[in-house]
Amino acid sequence: MEILWDFVKAFAVGGLICALGQVLIQTTKLTNARILVLFVTAGVFLTAVGVYKPLVDFAGAGATVPLTGFGYSLAMGAIEAVNRYGLIGALSGGVTRAAAGIAAAVFFGLVNALIFKPHAKP
Amino acid sequence: MKNAKTPRDLRYAQLVDRMTPNSRHLRGCVRAFWVGGLICALGQALTMLAQRLELGEVTAPMFTSCALIFLGTTLTGLGVYDRIGKYAGAGSVVPITGFANSVAAPAIEFRREGMVLGLGAKLFQIAGPVLTYGISSSILVGFVYWVAKEWLL
Repeated sequence: MEILWDFVKAFAVGGLICALGQVLIQTTKLTNARILVLFVTAGVFLTAVGVYKPLVDFAGAGATVPLTGFGYSLAMGAIEAVNRYGLIGALSGGVTRAAAGIAAAVFFGLVNALIFKPHAKP
Repeated sequence: MKNAKTPRDLRYAQLVDRMTPNSRHLRGCVRAFWVGGLICALGQALTMLAQRLELGEVTAPMFTSCALIFLGTTLTGLGVYDRIGKYAGAGSVVPITGFANSVAAPAIEFRREGMVLGLGAKLFQIAGPVLTYGISSSILVGFVYWVAKEWLL
């Protein structure tokens, strides 16, 4: 039952974050690119003020899978690296923590574009 | 006289006009909610799989995001993700798979404009701004944290 509850929390919190994005798209006519930028930076600052970490502890993937979770990784990485390496950690920490995701996106994006042909937009 | 528009019909038409956009907004939100939630639940399943595989505290989230990014780019290549996006709106944009889609879609589309300035450059068309502002704000947060730690405490 514990596992089922974890799924429910991830589904509900992740779904709510996405629904919030949908409200923003519908009420402000923000483009998808702006939504992505907004959510990542929002994730960074929410982590910095200490709001996002409790949400991650509560909802697991429900908080880490949306792009605010990407911002969470960047900010947590920077903070932890400052603790470990001092000031230079502010520069290295964020990208280090998010490196696998960024590299995966670039590499899979490249391979993908070499394999597939463009589709007509539905 | 059945087809004549009575005042009551007009009031009804106005009511329909007033209510329709709201329910369209509501429908968009419900779709974004359940599709986005489902992607997050899939992420939760992948995290559990990572724990089952005894990946560490640091590598387990990496596994989850890389697997979801792989899924996002592949579904984009197959043309499936655009369809999901048309249905789910932000439900497909906000999860990390949406980030993968924003990398893969322009890369495929601009490949014919060359490998370097087409594919290579347009790969970052949307990811570029995301990384620019995401990384910069994380540096800012790290710097403020350092100042607070060194000088204020």
